[in-house]
Amino acid sequence: MTVLDRLADVLRSGLGPGRVISDRQELRTYECDGLAHYKVTPGLVVLPRDAAECARTVRACVEANVPFVARGSGTGLSGGALPHADGVLIVTSKMRAIVEVAPDDERAVVEPGVINLHVTHAATPAGYYYAPDPSSQQICSIGGNVAENSGGAHCLKYGFTANHVIGAQVVTPAGDLVELGGRAPDSPGYDLLGAFVGSEGTLGIATRVTVRLTRLPESVRTLLAAFETTDQAGAATSAIIAAGVVPAAVEMMDALAIEAAEAAVACGYPAGAGAVLIVELDGPLAEVEAQFAQVTALCEGNGAFELRIAADPAERALFWKGRKSAFAAVGRISPDYIVQDGVIPRTALPEVLHRIGEVSRAHGVRVANVFHAGDGNLHPLVLFDDAVPGQAERAEEVSGAIIDLCIEYGGSITGEHGVGMDKAKYMPRMFTDDDLETMQLLRCAFDPAGLANPGKIFPTPRLCGEVPRRHKADEPRPAELF
Amino acid sequence: MALWTAATEADTVGGVPARFVAAPADTAQAAEVLRAAAADDLAVVVRGGGSKLDWGMPPRRLDLIVDTRNLTGVVEHAAGDLIVVVRAGTPLAGLDLGDQQLALDPVRAGATVGGTVAANTSGPRRLGYGTVRDLLIGITVVRPGGMVARAGGKVVKNVAGYDLGKLFTGSYGTLGLITECAFRLHPRPAAHALVVRTAPAGQIGALLAAVRAEQVVPAAVEIDAPAEGPVTLAVLVEGTAAGVRDRAATLEKALGGQATDEFPPWWGAYPWTGAGMKLTAPLSRVPDLLSHGVALRGSAGTGVLYADVPVDAAPAVVERLRAAAIRAGGHGVVLTAPPRVREQVDMWGPVPGLELMRRVKDQFDPGHLFAPGRFVGGI
Repeated sequence: MTVLDRLADVLRSGLGPGRVISDRQELRTYECDGLAHYKVTPGLVVLPRDAAECARTVRACVEANVPFVARGSGTGLSGGALPHADGVLIVTSKMRAIVEVAPDDERAVVEPGVINLHVTHAATPAGYYYAPDPSSQQICSIGGNVAENSGGAHCLKYGFTANHVIGAQVVTPAGDLVELGGRAPDSPGYDLLGAFVGSEGTLGIATRVTVRLTRLPESVRTLLAAFETTDQAGAATSAIIAAGVVPAAVEMMDALAIEAAEAAVACGYPAGAGAVLIVELDGPLAEVEAQFAQVTALCEGNGAFELRIAADPAERALFWKGRKSAFAAVGRISPDYIVQDGVIPRTALPEVLHRIGEVSRAHGVRVANVFHAGDGNLHPLVLFDDAVPGQAERAEEVSGAIIDLCIEYGGSITGEHGVGMDKAKYMPRMFTDDDLETMQLLRCAFDPAGLANPGKIFPTPRLCGEVPRRHKADEPRPAELF
Repeated sequence: MALWTAATEADTVGGVPARFVAAPADTAQAAEVLRAAAADDLAVVVRGGGSKLDWGMPPRRLDLIVDTRNLTGVVEHAAGDLIVVVRAGTPLAGLDLGDQQLALDPVRAGATVGGTVAANTSGPRRLGYGTVRDLLIGITVVRPGGMVARAGGKVVKNVAGYDLGKLFTGSYGTLGLITECAFRLHPRPAAHALVVRTAPAGQIGALLAAVRAEQVVPAAVEIDAPAEGPVTLAVLVEGTAAGVRDRAATLEKALGGQATDEFPPWWGAYPWTGAGMKLTAPLSRVPDLLSHGVALRGSAGTGVLYADVPVDAAPAVVERLRAAAIRAGGHGVVLTAPPRVREQVDMWGPVPGLELMRRVKDQFDPGHLFAPGRFVGGI
């Protein structure tokens, strides 16, 4: 009997029927997340129904010294929820209660398996919504959003998941249930919640999340501006920011991304556009009207040859449909693709886009660009055909070269998808050994045994064996003055 | 050159005298100081402008004060990217960023950027712009022992690695020395207005709800409640001239108040004279914190109020206010108090997750040499 067999027995008797999957075929359903080119069949899958079951599962893993990985909807694009072959995959899909919507406190309390968009649906009747909106918001889960600190189009104005999560009940890697943060702001002590959000499942599993709700804006105005070149669109973006306007979103697509979106959802973007910008403003009516006129003029002044203003929510939805379906749409023009997720300072956009073009031409690999222009978060889609020998490798090289460009321009290797399994190897290019070692101090505080989602984020995990010195009562020896 | 000099009589922290003072001018020098301090087993407290040096408990041990007065200046202001990188000892109030702003209110005269991060202080406009943790996007620190580490970066959207900036925010200097911070900036708004209304404490809940019900996107919702008598509510709106006029008019109607562009004299200032508490509560429970017979002031729009605790009645008042905050779902922390009050009260109150916090401290500062005893649970 293997360790996993014994663990399965323990969990079955502890959690009751229907929570533990050990059948090989069923396990394969969970072999990857949204990043499908890494596949590992998990040793076991457990589907807890509440925090207590989740904690019990983790404790059982700790006792058996078996690694565990948490997974929400599995929409992550960095392999963050890639299972461990000899470990347990803890799936939160049965923890889907919206525990409470409290508009008077501007808070909602939800379980980790709740779908992002469902929080907004629950809050809308009271005049509120949940601001962080990854493009996958119709299927991604809040627990996954918390793990990855995943953003979306509206981060520019409204901030990231970390700015909207104010409390979490967490199962630590030791199996303890702790409350981090709370319903009121500024809990005393270290901001462990702030460190937990975005820790990619390496510091524990959120079992209940308290989020901030945002008032639905009085007015929303959305503009679609078509340009001949990405340079013009980039210049327009810079001009908008320079004018002191903070749009709710500024999104850009280049010609190839537009072609893909047209092929997939027929969004009817202006013909012949080399770049399209979607600029959305929201807020109080008078404010939005004044700034919208300013934004429109700035787009025209920077060479927009066609401007469309959404007349109603249906038209706005159509503008966004092309953008939000762009990743999936690329499948229409290429059998395979890699979604990259790098960040650059916004002002470097035109230069970096040119250099991406050079890399693309030099390697004979097409790159479609669709991204959050307002905050410099690029999503180059590197297109290839796995059936053609050598193409996958070349695409991988281009993808890596783009990450190098992001680092060269002072940016980041990931803006919202996370490091996961996929980018752990790039971490030493962005951070020094000392930086990484310091981050791992936090990991060791939470997870001395290294069982929580091992192999993610850090290329070389640190051993947490050192026993820290406790308080010393003795007086310090005299220092030398020199 | 000497890494530190002998302390003077003025170099005390919470009444505890230091033996030496070091004032490094950059991260490399700071690393050298902290390497040497660790080798000599010196207990260290970091000092910025000294405006909050009396906050928290006195250090259990103190040998060396690391003063950030030479660690100043803007390293980089990338206006087009709306970010700034600034050294920790830079006074917050003196930052000149043209038509952009680091939207952190200086709540104490002389406060530095590093001290603002380490004590996690925030003022009225936290409602509109968030707090330190929301605006800090990158950090450079020197660990106890002298290792230099950096986390985050210079771009607003970034999820690579752990967000150690958040961990250091509000850590009271117990995890290491902050030397540089990167922040996101906001455009300076063209116009602002305040709408002020004074009303009995019993009506404040309804007035706060009335503000929330309007589409005015306030940058701040502040109250000033004297120990006795009516409470004053002041709502700040910022934006374009036309937008501000519109929203101020809406607020005048909703509150029955007066619009002005003058800030009230109490705006953004702590109300205490001797002992001060920070009380937090969920929004709907903010009114529960009023009417305890002490002066209160602060961000009713986010659920963070500050109390003036009468020194003579301190233990009883602290208990009463803390109990009210906890009943409401928040916390009550004594930020500062004279020594005799500190001896009588628990400064921090109950702290969830304390065991994890101790483990974090043990990892970052295994010798417990940084601000020992100043923080929660004797950390």
